[in-house]
Amino acid sequence: MTKEQFRPEDHPNDQFLLTTVVGSYPKPKWLNRVRERCHHQEDVDQVELETVDEETLAEAEDDASRLITKEHERAGLDVVVDGEMRRTEMVEYFAERIEGYEFNGPVKVWGHNYFDKPSVVSEVEYGEQWLVEEYEFTADVADRPVKVPITGPYTLARWVFNEHYETTADLANDLADLVNEEVEKLVDAGCRYIQIDEPALAQHEDDHAIVGEALERVVADLPEDVRIGLHVCYGDYSRIYPEILEFPVDEFDLELANGDYEQLDVFTEHEFTADLAMGVLDAHVAEVESVEEIKANIKKGLEVVPPEQLVVSPDCGVKLLPREAAYQKMANMVQAAREVEAELDAGEIEVRGAAPSADD
Amino acid sequence: MTELVSTTPGLFPLPDWAKRDLEGLKGHQKHDLIDGSEGAEITAVYEQAREEVLSQQIDAGLDLVVEGQLRWDDMLAHPLAVADAVDTRGIVRYYDNNNFYREPVVTDELQASGDVAAELEAAAEVTCDHDAGLAAVLPGPYTLADLATDEQYGETAAFVDAVGEFLAEEVAQFPDVEQLTLLEPSLVQAAPGDGLDERASEAIDAVATATDAEVAVQPVYGALEERVYAHLLDADIDAVGFDLVSDHDANVYNAQEYGATDDVLLGLVDGRNTLVESPETIRERVEWFQEQTPAADYVRIYATANTDLFFLPTNRFGEKLEALATAAATTEVEA
Repeated sequence: MTKEQFRPEDHPNDQFLLTTVVGSYPKPKWLNRVRERCHHQEDVDQVELETVDEETLAEAEDDASRLITKEHERAGLDVVVDGEMRRTEMVEYFAERIEGYEFNGPVKVWGHNYFDKPSVVSEVEYGEQWLVEEYEFTADVADRPVKVPITGPYTLARWVFNEHYETTADLANDLADLVNEEVEKLVDAGCRYIQIDEPALAQHEDDHAIVGEALERVVADLPEDVRIGLHVCYGDYSRIYPEILEFPVDEFDLELANGDYEQLDVFTEHEFTADLAMGVLDAHVAEVESVEEIKANIKKGLEVVPPEQLVVSPDCGVKLLPREAAYQKMANMVQAAREVEAELDAGEIEVRGAAPSADD
Repeated sequence: MTELVSTTPGLFPLPDWAKRDLEGLKGHQKHDLIDGSEGAEITAVYEQAREEVLSQQIDAGLDLVVEGQLRWDDMLAHPLAVADAVDTRGIVRYYDNNNFYREPVVTDELQASGDVAAELEAAAEVTCDHDAGLAAVLPGPYTLADLATDEQYGETAAFVDAVGEFLAEEVAQFPDVEQLTLLEPSLVQAAPGDGLDERASEAIDAVATATDAEVAVQPVYGALEERVYAHLLDADIDAVGFDLVSDHDANVYNAQEYGATDDVLLGLVDGRNTLVESPETIRERVEWFQEQTPAADYVRIYATANTDLFFLPTNRFGEKLEALATAAATTEVEA
């Protein structure tokens, strides 16, 4: 489905480079404190904390969700999320709700960033509700369209210790059926923009076949007006491109700023037939990119696709950034997108392979 | 009779309390990772954590203990990440894992930093009071070169040579260790082509001859191509490694077809899965390898994990150490 359905009524330019985020956002410190108290954790000084009940935590999560959704709107984003305030981590959150997973403790991802990588110890089954309540709350709060990021079946199968299934593909297919169930529930609740997060995709050579099959299951029987994005990051894209163009998705959301666009060539060798949601901000550097710098990054996207196919987004979830930096990066990103749109309208930017306009 | 020696390839998970403490002290971004200039507070946490994992190995009964490399934020790229003449840039994927390290870019003539030697000195102070021998772990030169980007030496082969010399200088600064394992995942995952395979072996040779310790080379994440394996046997090393977890058939084929070193190192427990192998399973895997290579009469078999161990949560990590130690507790097995 095209991105035009998400164009705000008061959009100032003819061109529309939809601005959005990948999903996660720094949690307010008070939310983390309430969560620690609810889960009876010790603080860094190992002082026993006074506990709070689940109801208090739920209220804090609602408050945080409302706050960050509005913070996204204040930054000027066209499509918003709630910053995943209710989610601990992109695999953990789902594994906690799916039967068949067990947790043994945190493992390293990089530097001092850890996640509670679960083990699959029996057949996976749909357990507690995943995201419908999160979506309904955010959509109710938001004045802009809401996107829901959901961790994809391949990543839920790959970023775990598989103690039970014969192959990763077997596990991914079972999980894809569960994700499909959730996506259908989200669509029934009114959601029209769903982003499947598959950061594990660029990790293993040849596994794009597994992902392709799993995605077919995920999107089975969805209405036409639902936009499906696929987020991929921190991998060798030459391993998966152009094969991924066969996937049943509308948009590919790619990390590219971290590597200073060294991999951009991968996508120009073969026509990029889907929409490109391009990473124009580094999610792992606290220094805020200037509007000019971001505009230059956006223009790199125009070397791959015409403006009609371009979406503007950070590289990845920004939850590890200081909150002020995260906000300023988004605000600069929106301003940069609006300025590039105006320059496009004025014919000041040459667009490679521009599609004919709807008026032609 | 073959001596069975239990050990591990290092790169341990940080104890959970140290994960929490260091998160607060160091931060979450690229520039917060270890670069060799950490202050007293951070150093104190690592010292305490090092003592803890050394005690854990000694208590488990491992024959050869390792320092644990808890400071290696950039995993096997660490020796370059803390060296002068190296810039660390964007984060890049660590093989096919959900793990990342900062890309080290070599911009000038490499010189040893003594960083790993200092870690081993500290470990030796702990182990000297115990019966356990101390082993060192380093990336092999081909792997370290493959993990890095070269802006100084030009040709890939020249860069591999330079990294080999750099590692040899690091090794020359080591305190006395009983054994040195060179981990070589890139020899498997990014196999060197014709000509470069020979240079990779020569670079290993340069590192091995810099120490009096027994030297093992452990390929990781699969089996070596035959050509690469054959060249590796030309290096002056005491033991070559076989990953019997991820690809036992291809590994044993190399040993059957080309023979092996007098000592061998066997990856017997899975460093990337929480399913804990029993000591019986570990012993069966040793026996299977011996049965499959009946012509060989190994002097020593190192019983170890097939990969670095930071992938595991600390509870399963501890259980795997104990399983390896228990499996090797009967110190001699029938040839």
